[in-house]
Amino acid sequence: MTWEAVIGLETHVELQTASKMFCGCPVDFGDEPNTAVCPVCLGLPGALPVPNEQAIEGILSIGAALNCTLTESSLFYRKNYFYPDLPKNYQISQYTFPLCLGGHLDVDIDGTVTRIGITRVHMEEDTGKSTHVGRSGRIQSADHTLLDFNRSGVPLVEIVTEPDIRSADEARVYGTELQRIVRALGVSDARLEEGSMRFDSNVSIRPSGSTELGTRTEVKNVNSLRSLHRAITFEIERQIEVVESGGTVDQETRHWNEDLGTTTSMRNKEESEDYRYFQEPDLLPLHIDVSWQERVRAALPVLPAELRNRYRQAGADARTAEILVDGEGLGPLFEEAAVLGADPRAVGIWLTGEVISFTRTAETAVTTTPLTAAHLVELSEMTADGRLSATAAKEVLTAVLEGEGAPGEIADARDLIQVSDVGAIETEVDAVIAEHLDAFEKLRAGDPKTLGFLTGQVMRATGGKADPRVVQELLRRKAGG
Amino acid sequence: MPVEIDIAKVAKLARIALTDEEQETYGRQLADILEHAARVQALATDGVKPTSHPLTMVNAFRPDEVTGSLPRDEVLAMAPDAVDGYFRVPKILDEQ
Amino acid sequence: MTGLSDLSIEAAGTGLRDGSFTSVELLAAVVRRAAITEAHHHAYLTIDRDGARLAAERADGELADGTDRGHLHGIPIALKDNMCTKGLETTASSQMLAGYEPPYDGTAVARLRAAGAVIVGKTNLDEFAMGSSTENSAYGPTRNPWDTDTVPGGSSGGSAAAVAVGSALGAYGSDTGGSIRQPAALSGVVGVKPTYGLVSRYGLIAFASSLDQIGPIARSVGDAAVLLEAVAGWDIHDATSYRGDVPAISEGLADGVDGVRIGVVTELMAEGIHDEVRSGTQEMIEQLSAAGAVVTEVSLPATEFALSAYYLIAPAECSANLARFDGVRYGLRVDGDTTEEMMQRSRAAGFGPEVTRRILLGTYALSAGYYDAFYGQAQKVRTLMRQDFEAAYKDVDVLVSPTSPTTAFPIGERTDDPLAMYYADVCTIPCNLSGDPAMSVPISLDTAGLPIGFQVMAPALGEEMMFRVGAAVERIADFDARPALASDEVVSA
Ligand SMILES: [Mg+2]
Ligand SMILES: [Zn+2]
Repeated sequence: MTWEAVIGLETHVELQTASKMFCGCPVDFGDEPNTAVCPVCLGLPGALPVPNEQAIEGILSIGAALNCTLTESSLFYRKNYFYPDLPKNYQISQYTFPLCLGGHLDVDIDGTVTRIGITRVHMEEDTGKSTHVGRSGRIQSADHTLLDFNRSGVPLVEIVTEPDIRSADEARVYGTELQRIVRALGVSDARLEEGSMRFDSNVSIRPSGSTELGTRTEVKNVNSLRSLHRAITFEIERQIEVVESGGTVDQETRHWNEDLGTTTSMRNKEESEDYRYFQEPDLLPLHIDVSWQERVRAALPVLPAELRNRYRQAGADARTAEILVDGEGLGPLFEEAAVLGADPRAVGIWLTGEVISFTRTAETAVTTTPLTAAHLVELSEMTADGRLSATAAKEVLTAVLEGEGAPGEIADARDLIQVSDVGAIETEVDAVIAEHLDAFEKLRAGDPKTLGFLTGQVMRATGGKADPRVVQELLRRKAGG
Repeated sequence: MPVEIDIAKVAKLARIALTDEEQETYGRQLADILEHAARVQALATDGVKPTSHPLTMVNAFRPDEVTGSLPRDEVLAMAPDAVDGYFRVPKILDEQ
Repeated sequence: MTGLSDLSIEAAGTGLRDGSFTSVELLAAVVRRAAITEAHHHAYLTIDRDGARLAAERADGELADGTDRGHLHGIPIALKDNMCTKGLETTASSQMLAGYEPPYDGTAVARLRAAGAVIVGKTNLDEFAMGSSTENSAYGPTRNPWDTDTVPGGSSGGSAAAVAVGSALGAYGSDTGGSIRQPAALSGVVGVKPTYGLVSRYGLIAFASSLDQIGPIARSVGDAAVLLEAVAGWDIHDATSYRGDVPAISEGLADGVDGVRIGVVTELMAEGIHDEVRSGTQEMIEQLSAAGAVVTEVSLPATEFALSAYYLIAPAECSANLARFDGVRYGLRVDGDTTEEMMQRSRAAGFGPEVTRRILLGTYALSAGYYDAFYGQAQKVRTLMRQDFEAAYKDVDVLVSPTSPTTAFPIGERTDDPLAMYYADVCTIPCNLSGDPAMSVPISLDTAGLPIGFQVMAPALGEEMMFRVGAAVERIADFDARPALASDEVVSA
C-alpha cells in the first residue's frame, strides 16, 4: 500500500513591536533575566492588560498578506491552563472570532503551485522561558526549573493552515515563504533559531486516494526549516511503520530531538487540558472597520510572490528569482540593471554567484557595497561584445565590489580587455599557422585535437587577450571546416 | 435537576489539592448551587445574544511605547524562591 | 458628643482650611478612634500609622504653602484591602497574600494620593471579596458596629464599619454583586457602585472582571459624591474604563425629586424581602411621592434569574482571575516534589473555603460539555437583564428597591449555607449584571435597632440623577443615628 501524508502547520511569530502586547515593557530585552517585567506581564494581583495598537496593525498586515478576510468584529479570549511560565495561568488569545480568517498561501515547488489554505490568524501573548536545571538539562531529569519572564507578553501571532500540506518538501517551502512574507512586512525577523518563529506540525497518514483523516500527532520543537523537514519526514515514516506493523498511531504531542533525529512522545492528548475558553472580560471587543481594513491592505509592501514574478518577467530563471527574493537588495539591483539593458541571464549569474559570496564573506548587504546597476550594465556590455571573457568579468566584478572603481577602469588597469578585432587576430593566426604547418595540415585532414593546440599557440602569442572564440572560428575557416 | 460533578477532575483542573472529605463536601455544595443555578436553563433564550460585558465600547488600545519595567530586586523580593535573577520552581512533570 | 473623626468630609475640609485643626490632628483623632473601636469591630487589617502621618504632615505643609489639592486634601480615608498600595501590605483577606507588599499603586490609589488624601489603612473584607458578611476573612470577621453579634455585610464590611464608627472619614470598597451597597445598608452608611468602567480597576485585585467596580462608602451622599469624583474617569491602564466625560456627580444634590419619575421594582418588593425592610422602603417611597416624585411600579422579569446567572458568571471569571495565585512569583508557597504538586498544595492552603468553592464552581461551569448549559446561558440572562433595565428607563429616571432583603444577620448564621448567603445579594446583583450604577442610602432602623438601606438605581452614566435622588432620600430620611460606641472615652475621641 502507498501512503499519503496530511500535514497542517501552526506557526507562532513574535512581533517586533517596541513594547509588549499588553504592557509597556520592552520587547527587545537583553540577556539578564526578569529585567523587562512589570505588574501586567508578571500577572501581579490587580494588573490589567491593554492591547498594543501596533501589534494589531502587525497581525492585520500578516492576515492581509495571506489573503485572509480581516474580520470586522473580533474578540480576545482566555485560554486557561496552568504552567509556571504562564504568569496568569491563562493566556490571552483568540478563539471563536480571530482577527483574520480564511486565507491562502501559494507555494511553488519546481513549477508546481499548491495552494495551502490558511484557516485563521490570531493574536496572543508569549509565555516566559523555562530553563530545566539538572543532570541532563532535559525536563524529565531536571531537579528544578528556572523562570525568566522577559519574554512573557511579547506579541505573538499564530497562523494556522488547513491540512493541505502533503509532504515535508511542501511544508518546508510553505515555512520558507511564510518567513519571507513576515520579513517583507517588517513585523518580525522570524528567526527560528531564536524562537521568534516557531512551527508545530500536525502530521497524519492515510492510504493514497483516501479522503479520510488519520489520527494525527503534533510535532513540536523544530528550530530550523531544515529540522522542520527532517521532523516531518521522520514522523511520516514512523507512522507508516507503526501502521504497517499492525499498530495504531496515538493522538499525542511529540518532541523533535534534533541530535537523535527522532520524535519522542511528550504526552497523550487524552489527558490534555480542557482550556475552558471564555471571552476575556478585561478587554473590549475589537472592531476593525472597513476603512481600517482598506488602509492595511493599501499599506502592504510588494510581497515575495509578486517580486518573484517580476524577476522572472525581467528575465531571471526560477532559481535565480528565488535567490533574488531572499537576498537583501539583490532584487532591486537586478531589476534596475535589466531595465537599463543588461543581459538578465548574466546579471543573475553574477548576483547569485560573486555578489552573494562577497556579501556573505564581508557579512554585509549588497546595498552597502559600491556596486550599482550601471556597473552591471557596463559589465554586461563588455562581456557581450567580447571585450571581457567570462572569467575576466568575474574578476572585474569582485574588484568593483572591493571599491576599485567602474568595470571599464578596472579592466584597463588590470589589462583584461580581450582582442576581438578579427583583423588583428587573423595576423597572429596566420603567423602561428606558418610556424606550425604540420599541425595545421593535420587539422585540415580532420584531426580536431590540433585545434586546441593551435588556439593555445595563438593565445600565447597574444598574451591571452585574443577572444578564443574568434581564434577558433578563424582556424576552422582557414582549415576549410 | 440533579447535576453530575466529577469533583476530583474539577479540582485537578483548578489545581487545588482536596482531601477525600473536602471532595465530598464541595461536591455536595456544588451540586446544590448548580441545581439552583440550573434555573437559568429554564429561560427561553432563543435568539438572545450573550452579554459578556456591560460596556458597548470597542477598541481600547495603548500606543506602542516602552513605559518602563520594575526593578528586578523588587520583582524577586516577592518571590517564594529565587536564584541568580530567576524565579525557581520544583521540577515540572509535564511539558507544554 | 462627637469628635473630629465624626466630621463630614466637607466640614473637615473647612476646618483644615480655616486653621481650626490640622490634618495631623484629624488623623490622630481617627487613629485614636480606631484604637478603641478596632477591638470590638476589627474593621482594619492594617493601619499605616507612619505612612498616614507622613501624608498628613505633607498635606498640612502644602496647605500652609498655599497648595490645595481639593476636597480630599488632608482627609483620612480607608481602603479595602483588595486595592493595591505600593509597599503597604495588601492581602485581600487571604492567607495566600499574607505579607504581600505590591510594587505598585492601583490607579484609584494613585489618584487619591495625588488628591492629597491620607490613607489610614486597609480594611477587612471577605477573602478576595467573595462573600456578603466579611466572615470569610483569613484574619477574622468584622463585626457590625450596630450590634457586634451581627455581620456588617460584605464583602466591603471593613470599610463600611470603619466609616460607621469614625475610624475613617470615608472609605472605598469594591462591588461585584453588592459588596459596597449591602454592607453600607447593613452598617447604616452610604455606599455607591458607580457605572461599570467609571472608576479604573487597575490595581484592584480582581474577583469577577466584568462585574467588579470600585466605589465609595461614606457617611453622607455629599461625601460619597466627593469621594467618587476623586477617583472617576478614564485610565489608560484599564481597557474597560469609560472614555467619555465623567457625569456631573454632585451637580444636582440639592435639586430634590419634584417631577422625577421613580420606578419601584416589583420583583424586589416581593416575598423574600424581610417585612420591616419592605415597610421601611415602602414608607420612603411614599415620602418621595409626597415630595413630588412620580412613582410607578416597574417589573424586571429577568431579576428572578439574576442570582443564578451571577453565581455562574462571577465564579467562572474568578476561577481564571485567581489562577495566578500559584506559589511561583509571589504569595504563599507550600512545597511539593513537583511544580504541579507545589501549586495544588499552595492553592489548597492559601484559599479559604468560600474561595475554593467558587473556583471549583467556575471551573466546572466553564469546562468542556457544560459551558453552554451554564456559563453560556448565564450570559444570555445578562442580556435579558440589560434589556429589562433599558425598557424600564424609557419610562422612569431611577429605579428603587431595598438594598438588602434583610438587616444585619447574626454572625455564623449562614456560613454553612452558601445559598442562603448568596441570597443576601438578590437586590444588588441586577445592576452588576447590567453595569448600571446603584447606591444605598440608610433610611431608618428596624425594631432591633439595625439599619435599613434604600437602593437607588440609574441607567449607565446616570450618576447625576442617582445622586440627586439619593440626596433627597437622605434629607427625607434625616437618618442621624450612629452606632453606640463602646465607652464615653470613645465619644470624646
Ligand atoms: Mg497559540
Ligand atoms: Zn510588562
